[in-house]
Amino acid sequence: MIPLSWYLTLAAAVFCVGLYGVLARKNAVAILMGIELMLNAVNINLVAFWHYLTPTLASGQMFAIIVFTVAAAEAAVGLALIISIYRRRNTVVAEEIDLMKW
Amino acid sequence: MSSELMTWLIPLPPLLAFFLIVLFTNRSKGLSHTVAIVAIAASWAMSWMIFFRTLEVEHFGQAVIENWVPWLPFGSEEVGTEALAMGVLVDPLTSVTLFFVSLTCFMIFVYSVGYGNWGKPRDLRHDLPGNPPHNGIEPLYSRFFAFLSLFAFGMLLLCVADNLVLLFVGWEIMGLCSYLLIGFWYARQYESPHQITPRQAAVKAFMTTRVGDVLMLLGIVYLYAQTGTLSFREIMYAHEGEMLTKLAATPSYIVGLSVAGLAGLLLFAGAVGKSAQFPLHMVGKYAQFPLHMWLPDAMEGPTPVSAMIHAATMVSAGVYAMIRLFPLLSAGWHHGDPLTAPMWAMAFIGAFTALFAATIAVAQNDVKKVLAYSTISQLGYMIAALGVGAYIAAAFHLVTHAFFKALLFLGSGSVIHGVEHGMHHAHAEGLDPQDMRNMGGLRAKMPLTFWTFLIGGLALAGFPFVTAGFWSKDAILGGAWEGGYVVVFVTLAATAFLTAFYTMRQISLTFLGEPRTQAAEHASESDPIFRWMLFALVVLAFFAVTAGWAGIPESFPGLGGLPHALGFTANWFHEFVGGALLEHPPAEAFDVVPLATSLVVALGGLLLGWWVYRDIRAGARDPLEAPLGPIYTLLKNKYYLDTGKYRDEATGEYRDNLYQFLFVRPTIWLSETLVSAVVDRGLIDGTLHLIGRVALRLGDIFRNYFDAPVVNGFGDLVAEVVKRFGRNFRVIQTGKVQQYLIVVMAIVIALGVVMFMPGLGR
Repeated sequence: MIPLSWYLTLAAAVFCVGLYGVLARKNAVAILMGIELMLNAVNINLVAFWHYLTPTLASGQMFAIIVFTVAAAEAAVGLALIISIYRRRNTVVAEEIDLMKW
Repeated sequence: MSSELMTWLIPLPPLLAFFLIVLFTNRSKGLSHTVAIVAIAASWAMSWMIFFRTLEVEHFGQAVIENWVPWLPFGSEEVGTEALAMGVLVDPLTSVTLFFVSLTCFMIFVYSVGYGNWGKPRDLRHDLPGNPPHNGIEPLYSRFFAFLSLFAFGMLLLCVADNLVLLFVGWEIMGLCSYLLIGFWYARQYESPHQITPRQAAVKAFMTTRVGDVLMLLGIVYLYAQTGTLSFREIMYAHEGEMLTKLAATPSYIVGLSVAGLAGLLLFAGAVGKSAQFPLHMVGKYAQFPLHMWLPDAMEGPTPVSAMIHAATMVSAGVYAMIRLFPLLSAGWHHGDPLTAPMWAMAFIGAFTALFAATIAVAQNDVKKVLAYSTISQLGYMIAALGVGAYIAAAFHLVTHAFFKALLFLGSGSVIHGVEHGMHHAHAEGLDPQDMRNMGGLRAKMPLTFWTFLIGGLALAGFPFVTAGFWSKDAILGGAWEGGYVVVFVTLAATAFLTAFYTMRQISLTFLGEPRTQAAEHASESDPIFRWMLFALVVLAFFAVTAGWAGIPESFPGLGGLPHALGFTANWFHEFVGGALLEHPPAEAFDVVPLATSLVVALGGLLLGWWVYRDIRAGARDPLEAPLGPIYTLLKNKYYLDTGKYRDEATGEYRDNLYQFLFVRPTIWLSETLVSAVVDRGLIDGTLHLIGRVALRLGDIFRNYFDAPVVNGFGDLVAEVVKRFGRNFRVIQTGKVQQYLIVVMAIVIALGVVMFMPGLGR
């Protein structure tokens, strides 16, 4: 049987990949994808903890489903924003979108 | 309608008319004069109804019309709530007063319609409001009738008042109205700055009568303090005059005067001003010396106003009040006793004023000024009569004088209008239409005015047997002679002589001889406006003759029994008005000396006046100027007893009159130097400035040591800190999302380290 720590290790690795993508990529779409990765890493954790620690309760799965829903909504809104920005400024590079500074 | 209710209603219609005109009908001149005349006619009708009702009452003096309501809901235990009751009282004196006041007022109103040029178009080119109209309708016609109405209200209220407070209210209303009416032509200016303008005359009249009024108020207050009541009934008639006896016996704080004496003197002082008497004018309004000089200047008002003030109302009010208060003034006095202090004052002042004013009237050239001084003189006559105890004679002269003096004033107004008419016709603008030297020969030009004026003049002069003035004057002279007051008698006789003289002088200068100017040549009374005026003149002329027949002494040889033979009461006036006193005065015994005297002085004065002035040519000097010399100058300048300046004939300079020097200048000096400089600018302004300066300093201190450092400092500090904080930290706001995320991650890692590193945190 695969122990819990393996799952946690996997989730941490996926989270780090996602985090790196968010911090390092220039393309806003890629940043969004990084965020998706981080959310999925959290989902792995949730499901793993449920399975190993409290298999009689459905709360872990419920959390995972809620995260999915939020992730879907977030992707839709995020992509809509990116399209809108692209139409206005003709770019999707995060560094160039810096209107909100002093 | 009951007599009580009707008495209450008598003064009200003119008041109503005043408000109606002022509030609603002011724009319509015709409606305004209709309202005013209907109102005064209503008052007149009610007054005469009251008069004729009282005639039918047997011993009316004991059964007077009285009615009152509690005014303030408290009163002391001793005197009850009546002390502050307001009410009306009609006794025989009030009754005859209402008779002549209402009629003369009514006639003056009618006359004013013509005098205000009713029926002519408004002359917009020449006539400005506040100036006498040239030939169009008076611009402030409605206002004039409003003021007249209010004036009539004041007088009627005063007549029916049953207490001193209500009397004083009417008195003061008249004071206000005289101010408004004397200054009616408020915009009028003269070429000479030394000629008093209507505006100044109004102020002068108001201020002078105020002096008397204050003294009268003092008298009222003093009387109230002593008796606890101001009702005429209570003070003078209740309990057979018990109150008066008590007052007469109580000494006041001033040595030698009883309470009644002091109160009487103060009240008399008030009347002095009103009746322009030479001394103290009981309440200032009858203009006696030394408060008389407002009255001649009151001639600046329109002529109906002069008649209103001098005949029907204001000055009569002073004498009326004195006659009304006679029981108080003479408290403790019986026929044949020595006079009381107020009576002495009245006899002296009255006689002196009478002679004094008559001498001035001799040397006046203004047709209205002669009448003004004549009025002062005649009022002195009445006061002197009261002083020697001739109560009924004083009341009698009051009545007859009101008729013939109103007639004379209105007649002079007609003359002035006629001459003005001639001025326009002859294009002789700039002439003084009131100066008798510019007249002459008006008898043929204005016949009706002449005849009525002649009747009035003869009545004033006391033309024997026919005119009213003869009987009333004879009664006064008889009273003075009978009481043995020879000095008063001689003074009054001399006055009567002068009166006849200046009256005839006036008539001769105005109506007889040849016209002295083009204006007089073209004067006429044919204009339609004269119909109103002549109507009033004729009515008044009728009473100027017949009013005297009511008081023919029964003991008079030949004529005395005549009324009795014709079915009237002999010496009706004496019987009727005498009933107003507790003790009906005895009829005077006939004495040939006063009769002979009054015959001689009246006829002699008239003859001399006619002879001296029968034929004055244009530009001629006054015939009296040469024989009298400096005395004439003295008289012409009114003994220098006046405010303002007089013209020194020798040098042509203007110099101060006595009152100007004695009262006006010190007052101005006082106000400029002492009150303005020391009190106002020094004391009051100084205190205020000090307070201001202290407050300023205090403000400075608070500002510099509390507000600026503490309050502002704290506020500024907070703002400054926030500002610096923001300035230093704004660099981290790059607008780049990923940089923010790095910061977030770093903080999360740091927090994680703090929370989970063994040995740190918990």
